[in-house]
Order: sequence, then C-alpha cells, then structure tokens
Amino acid sequence: MTRQSETTEAALEIKGRMMTLTVMRLLSPSVDALGRAVESRMQEAPEFFRQLPVILDVEAVAESDLHLDLPGFVGLLRAQELLPVGIRGGDERWQAAAEQAGIGVFAGGSEVPASRRSEAPAPAAPEGTPSTVITQQVRSGQQVYARGGDLIILSSVSPGAEVLADGHIHIYGGLHGRALAGVRGDDTARVFCMDFHAELVTVAGTYRVSEQFDEASLGQAVQVFLDGGDLRIEPLPGLGGK
Amino acid sequence: MAKTVVVTSGKGGVGKTTTSAALATGLARQGHRTAVVDFDVGLRNLDLVMGCERRVVYDFVNVINGDATLNQALIRDKRVEGLYVLAASQTRDKDALTQDGVERVMTELSEQFDYVICDSPAGIERGALMAMYHADDAIVVTNPEVSSVRDSDRVLGILASKSRRAEQGDEPVREHLLLTRYSPERVNKGEMLSLEDVGEILAIDLLGVIPESQAVLNASNAGVPVILESESDAGQAYDDAVARFLGEQRPLRFTDVPRKGFFGRLFGS
Repeated sequence: MTRQSETTEAALEIKGRMMTLTVMRLLSPSVDALGRAVESRMQEAPEFFRQLPVILDVEAVAESDLHLDLPGFVGLLRAQELLPVGIRGGDERWQAAAEQAGIGVFAGGSEVPASRRSEAPAPAAPEGTPSTVITQQVRSGQQVYARGGDLIILSSVSPGAEVLADGHIHIYGGLHGRALAGVRGDDTARVFCMDFHAELVTVAGTYRVSEQFDEASLGQAVQVFLDGGDLRIEPLPGLGGK
Repeated sequence: MAKTVVVTSGKGGVGKTTTSAALATGLARQGHRTAVVDFDVGLRNLDLVMGCERRVVYDFVNVINGDATLNQALIRDKRVEGLYVLAASQTRDKDALTQDGVERVMTELSEQFDYVICDSPAGIERGALMAMYHADDAIVVTNPEVSSVRDSDRVLGILASKSRRAEQGDEPVREHLLLTRYSPERVNKGEMLSLEDVGEILAIDLLGVIPESQAVLNASNAGVPVILESESDAGQAYDDAVARFLGEQRPLRFTDVPRKGFFGRLFGS
C-alpha cells in the first residue's frame, strides 16, 4: 500500500475504461461464407468500417472447426482494413487460436441468446448520447455526473448527495439530495423522480431550493422542467401524482 | 482467518464503543475467540467500558511501532473466556496509525481470532478510514435523528469506495444498521425519526434496535459491557443483535411503547 514515489514523474498510467466496441458475431462456420459477408458489408459502408476495432463473437460457431481458420480469417479482416482486437466466447482451442492470430480474448460470452439471431454485426456505435445507469444508492457526500448524456438511477439519492447530467435525470426511487439536469446548458433537460423530497433542483442553471417547493409536490412522482425560463415542478402525468 | 467487523457511524456519541464492547462480549460468550480493538488513538475509551483500564500496559501504537508484541498488548477479559482487548494509545494521535502497521497487526489478529471487532473513532478522517479499511462486515451505529442518519449515509458511501474490499474489487463489505438510543415514546410524539424513516434513507439490513436506557450509562460507568446486564432492556436488545449477526432469526423488541396497566393509566407515567 505504499504510495507511488512523488519524485519520479510517471511515464504511463494504466486504467480500466469502459469502451463501446463493435462486436462481429460469426454465425457461419464457413470461411468462404464469412469472407463474402465481410466483403459485401465493407462495400455498403466502407468509411464506417475502415480501421474499426471489432471483437469477434464466436459463441454461435464455438463447436465448429472454424478456430483452425481463425488466423486466416483475422488476416482476411485486416486485408479489408478492419481491426480485429479479440474474440469473445469459445473454449481453450479458440483461445489458443486467438493467441496464434495475435489477438486478445475477452471474458464473458454473448448476452444475446443464440436463438435470437441478429442479422449483422452491431451496425454502429450507438448514435446520440450515452447514458449512465446507477443501480446503487447515491449516498450523502457522493457525486455522480453523467457527462454528455442522461443519468438513470434505479435507487434513491440521499440527502447531501448530488447527481448531475448533461441530459435528463431519471430517478426511480426517492430524491432527497440535489439534482442538476442540463448542466452544460441544455434547457430541454428534465428531472424525473418517483418520490420527490429534493434539497435543490436545477435545469440548465435555473434552480429552486426546497424552501421554494410547493408542499403538494413533496412525496409525489414529479418532473422538473423549464417552461420559458420558469422552472416548473409538475406531477408525472402518467402516474397522476401518487 | 477471522472475520473483521468495524463498528462505525461518522457521528460521535451515538454508541460505537458501547456497541463494540457489547458485540465482542456477546460473540465471545457464544464461544468465538474475539478481539476488540480501539482505533480511537488519543481518546481512549474502550478500556473504560470494558473495565480493564487499570491493566493497560502496552497499546495498539506500541504494537505498530514494534515496542511490544501483540500478545503482550492484548488484555484478557476476566469475565468472558476468549475475549481480548487491544487498547488505543492515549498520548498519541491518529497519525500513529500507519497503513502498513495497522495491516500487520490486523493480519496477526486474524490468525489468532474468529472475530476482530474494530471500534472506529468518530469522523471520516484517518482513524476512521483505518478502522474500516480491513472490514468484512460493518455495523453502522445510528441514532434516530437527522444528523446521525446523514453521517451514517456518508460513512456507507465511504465504505463502498474506500475499504480494501472496494479497492480490490472483492465482494462489498456487508453493511448492517444498528439503531441505538431508540425511544418509542418520542417517536410517537414525532420528536424522533422512526425505524421506518431511518430504514428508508439508509436502505441496509437492520441488525437491531437498542432502546434508550439508563442501563447503558450505568454499565459504562461500572466498566461492564451492557450485554452482561441480562436483566436490562438494552442488554437483551444487544443479545438479540448478536444472535442476528450470527444468523439467527429473532423478532424485534423494544420498538413499541409499552402498554400501561390500569394504575399506570390512572396516575399517568
């Protein structure tokens, strides 16, 4: 537990990061069929696929002998200017083949059941803004910021906690702390919560503290939004309050 | 390997030391070898509540600094078999708790005992962080009032991010709520938060409710862990809490206003 020496400057830093990666699910054990499919995909959207890092999901063909051809298939993808970075699924044979092909092995199989055949590799990184989902309670003194997107909280926000988002904030439990939506100026952002006891709410910088809340809104399912520069706290229409 | 339990709260004066003493005594009484460690360096109290203040020769900081061995510093309880106290130093401050030193002592303790109870100081600074770092379980002691609940909430957040289990990505620390100084009469009058109010905000497993009781103060002054006062309401409530901690199911007691008899109603309380 010794701290990093402060006299030497760090030359590099290693960090875990969640990234969105395109997964290419292999559904046919035939290298020829796969090769043809890749080629036709590339022709559809060459700019999108060029140098795109992909993970090969081999779950559906794990039992076949395709692993013998994995290095060849990886070479084929590289020739098409795709960047295969690893495989997901498969047993030791597949892992050995991946090593031989010079790509990594990602833990965990596909979450999509094999029966639900998706036609194509994930066509694109998700358009629009990424959302952040929080399942645990946000406790006093903690701060959660969803940069560039929405914040979805499946539990409660405690008094003294602060949740912020560039987009909307959805809270499926109680809001007892502070919620700041549209912190980079999006005045269409809203705060939704199932049980309203906030200390403070803001949308795009327009704020209201609990002293100014209408008593009737407390304990209700509400939404908070800007209406021509005026911050409004209204019962959620679908729920008619609670 | 011992199970390491931190008794913590954030706020001071809510009953951490009383709880540490009662829990350790209760576990030892059930036949588990138990050590209770005072992390409140500079404000040594646990030895008073355990009634061994006149037998402290070496303390936690002495062991960390290598001035004494762990076995020289552990004080054996005279009432309950298998119960040992490691006192804090009164003359030093929390900076004496080095990360390596605490880790070494905790490792050595966990080889010898079934349970190691860490009595955390108030606050969220060094002493408290050291006390919670090695925990497998945390007992969060809370009084039914808003400031205590908020501080407990803060501590729960810190446990989820700064404990060893959190840093190493292991299964999170198991969190238990112990509500102390609970007075059903005052809850009914709206002067205190109810069990439900506290439960809703903290949203963790409830280990027990200890009623506000004169027995706690009397026992502390006499240097007897209150759990040994088996006639008292607080003693029985702690006994229930220890049983629940060990996996037994017991109904909650002392959470309703006792019904008064005829004469009680006639003459008021």
